Amino acid sequence: MARSTTEAGDGVTGGARHLYVHLPFCAHRCGYCEFVTATGRDHLHGAYVDALLRELAEEHDGGPVDTIFLGGGTPTYTALPELLRLLRALPAAAELTVEANPETVTPQLARELRDAGVNRVSLGAQTFEPDLLEVLERRATPVDVERAFARLREAGFDNLSLDLIYGIPGQTPQRLAADLARAIELGPEHISAYELEAKPGTRFTIAHGAELERQAEQMEDYFERVVTALTAAGYRWYETANFCRDGKRAEHNLAYWLGRDYLGVGVGAVSTLGGERRRNTPRLARYLQGDYDREFELLDDETRSRERVMLGLRLDEPLPLRGLRSALDPEGLARAEQLGLAVDGGETLALTRRGRFLGGGVTAEIVA
Amino acid sequence: MDQARIRNFSIIAHIDHGKSTLADRILELTEAVSAREMREQVLDSMELERERGITIKAQAVRVSWKGHELNLIDTPGHVDFTYEVSRSLQACEGALLVVDAAQGIEAQTLANAYLAIENGLEIVPVANKIDLPAADPEGTAVEVADLLGDDPTRVLRISAKTGGGVADVLDAIVERVPPPAGDVDAPTRALVFDSAYDQYRGVVAFVRVVDGSFSTREALRTLATDTRFDAEELGVFSPAMTPVERLTAGEVGYVVTGLKDVSRLRVGDTLTSVRRPAEEALPGYKDVKPMVFAGLFPTDSDAYPELRDALERLKLNDAALVYEPETSNALGFGFRCGFLGLLHMEIVRERLEREFDLDLLVTAPNVAYRVQEKNGGWVEVHNPAEFPREIEEVEEPYVAASIIVPKEHVGAVMELNNDRRGTFGKLEYLSPERVHLTYELPLAEIVLDYYDQLKSRTRGYASFDYDLAGFKPGNLARVDVLVGGEQVDALSLIVHRDFAYDRGRLLVDKLREEIPRQMFDIAIQAAIGSRVIARETVKAKRKDVLAKCYGGDISRKRKLLEKQKAGKKRMKQVGAVEVPQEAFLAVLNIGQGQKS
Repeated sequence: MARSTTEAGDGVTGGARHLYVHLPFCAHRCGYCEFVTATGRDHLHGAYVDALLRELAEEHDGGPVDTIFLGGGTPTYTALPELLRLLRALPAAAELTVEANPETVTPQLARELRDAGVNRVSLGAQTFEPDLLEVLERRATPVDVERAFARLREAGFDNLSLDLIYGIPGQTPQRLAADLARAIELGPEHISAYELEAKPGTRFTIAHGAELERQAEQMEDYFERVVTALTAAGYRWYETANFCRDGKRAEHNLAYWLGRDYLGVGVGAVSTLGGERRRNTPRLARYLQGDYDREFELLDDETRSRERVMLGLRLDEPLPLRGLRSALDPEGLARAEQLGLAVDGGETLALTRRGRFLGGGVTAEIVA
Repeated sequence: MDQARIRNFSIIAHIDHGKSTLADRILELTEAVSAREMREQVLDSMELERERGITIKAQAVRVSWKGHELNLIDTPGHVDFTYEVSRSLQACEGALLVVDAAQGIEAQTLANAYLAIENGLEIVPVANKIDLPAADPEGTAVEVADLLGDDPTRVLRISAKTGGGVADVLDAIVERVPPPAGDVDAPTRALVFDSAYDQYRGVVAFVRVVDGSFSTREALRTLATDTRFDAEELGVFSPAMTPVERLTAGEVGYVVTGLKDVSRLRVGDTLTSVRRPAEEALPGYKDVKPMVFAGLFPTDSDAYPELRDALERLKLNDAALVYEPETSNALGFGFRCGFLGLLHMEIVRERLEREFDLDLLVTAPNVAYRVQEKNGGWVEVHNPAEFPREIEEVEEPYVAASIIVPKEHVGAVMELNNDRRGTFGKLEYLSPERVHLTYELPLAEIVLDYYDQLKSRTRGYASFDYDLAGFKPGNLARVDVLVGGEQVDALSLIVHRDFAYDRGRLLVDKLREEIPRQMFDIAIQAAIGSRVIARETVKAKRKDVLAKCYGGDISRKRKLLEKQKAGKKRMKQVGAVEVPQEAFLAVLNIGQGQKS
């Protein structure tokens, strides 16, 4: 391990123990994507890593942290030497996750990531159906997914996560079941399953919006099907869209859901530190020059409490209510309880199984 | 001025037959107003009236013509204001009956002409718009003369637009309309034929002095309501308000009363002097009773105090408006308001929204019902939600309707009236082309969309007028709407049993479309008593989550949540069900718009 480890220190500014690093580069921007990405900027990988390390040096004292997450974009699309240079410069962390697209995972990449201290990979499989992958404009084939998975295992990774997307135009309940079965068969420690969100105005929505509208009713129970299939296979439904085995939750993401502080570096990255949230410029050229053009948002206690409720109710563990009562709407809570959607345990608050399927509406009901 | 030199008259005309234009020409010709300072149509002072081409509040203008003082008293043009029209006519000795020579007599003209004849007025018939290519002055003259039992040669032919013949009209007024014949020396009696409210000066009464006289600062009282005040200012409109020291028998003018509430000075009441009061009131005062009712609710429930204040202020110059607080489980706090008719309701609603900047939910209008409860007496019910479930008998108001239509549309009109439970009265030919039909119809059948239907089925050619014609028994049922088992009081309606099923079905279907799916199944039912006549279900949602939420998403998701929460707070709560305001609006619109 080439990274320096220091024994003491708070680690990150403001005491945050969680670091997010954004790598925006992609081979292609998928139609449904809403992240800050950059295509056709391959000559800038080196300069971008320089900029990341500069920001990191400004914001972080070099001390160890609990978790680091490299997200994108497609982090593994970044030129390998640059990616490795970055990884080696990062502080020590108990969990270091990198997002990867299946088609980018070569045996060499898997090995190098492992050598650079990465101990968790989140693989963007999405679906195993070729035509649905095409609808999503993904470059990988089903074979790529399985091969990438095997290569990562071979390199020694024992904590892999698979991303699945459901509600794709053209998907049927049978095909969803097939996707879930193949995912379960691969046996990742962690699965994230998201419903496809057709954001208004995206290329994807323009192309497929009408079809999604037609399928809306049929797709309504997909969420339930996903939860049922994965829990039956022994996965724990520990967060609205996340499942794990053997206690291997996504520790980094868990920090978000528990309302902890985190530092985000990179173009468009968001940090929440103390009572302040900030977002770096989404413009690559500005970021490369070291102009972060940060947008700031002040989070008062009330807002933070509301966020704690909103995020905490996504988890299967009951939300400790100490200090959060004022963020609840007693009438709404009573209604939710009456409908069998929530259980107020006095010290803690939890949603029932049905409450979790309706989590968005229930939270709006419960929150003050 | 000597009464012999005074002529008081009004103009009776159908909308668009040229009343306002003729009034303008008269003002020009008598130089009461220079062309430059004249607005297009001086008498229509309110913005709303100008847009609708109708006149709500009568005013009076004094002009001079060949040594005579002519008072033109404006009359409202619509059936809802028949009572006001009759009071205005009572202040006159004569009336110009203006008929568009290209259109002929319309139902409304007929109604007001009869009203003028009943009031003993001298009618001066005028065929207007003779300059139009389509005009038929001779045919119109014959039609009008027929109606009046007059000689066609006495029908004046004019064009108010070009001014041609207007001087003849003024001459005819002087020659044919008799001068006032009050007793100048008798105790003072003045008819209040209209009033208005000025926010600085209080109630201003428009009066016609019949007997005696009174002067500025004199102590006055009304005979019917015994309201007392000092005449702060007397004056005439020429056409601007011009103070005078004294108003004498035969004259028309205004009195600034200083009163702060128009309901204390009712149209039709008689003003007299406190010092030397008259014994007997002038005939004609009656309490007008509203016949059409609707609930008015602020869309934003916080705006209830504003609505209350606005109604109070509106009431200051609209004595016919009545209202009382109403609480609805669905719509919150509002007012049940009574109106003279549909147009009156529209005007009140528009004024509330326009002048007071309020957003309103208006329930479907209903009429007044007389209900005999089981083992009980008769009660009058103004709100379907208060209609007793157990009734012995119910009566509903009827109108005598008068419709004039080209003969090729008679079939369509008859069909419409049959659909609306009408009883045919008579059919007469006004001319070889035009037919006058009379029907008796339940008022409830015309308060919704009757007029629109009549217009569309006759390609706009029918004209329509009605008069209230008492109460009659009806086979009526109260239909309730239940959402999630809770009755939505604002959607209850009284309907003829034959239409109950269709109306219930329509309401239930519309609500199912409008109520968003929630976290549980919602039953939507229409019922007569305990019998469900239509039912639909809004199925529960099976999922409602924001798929993913990581560090970069939190602010956006929180804002979404806050927006959703704020939206919930704006929803109307019916039991456990959240019903968006738009749902009520949509349902109320079908109540007002269409019929199965």
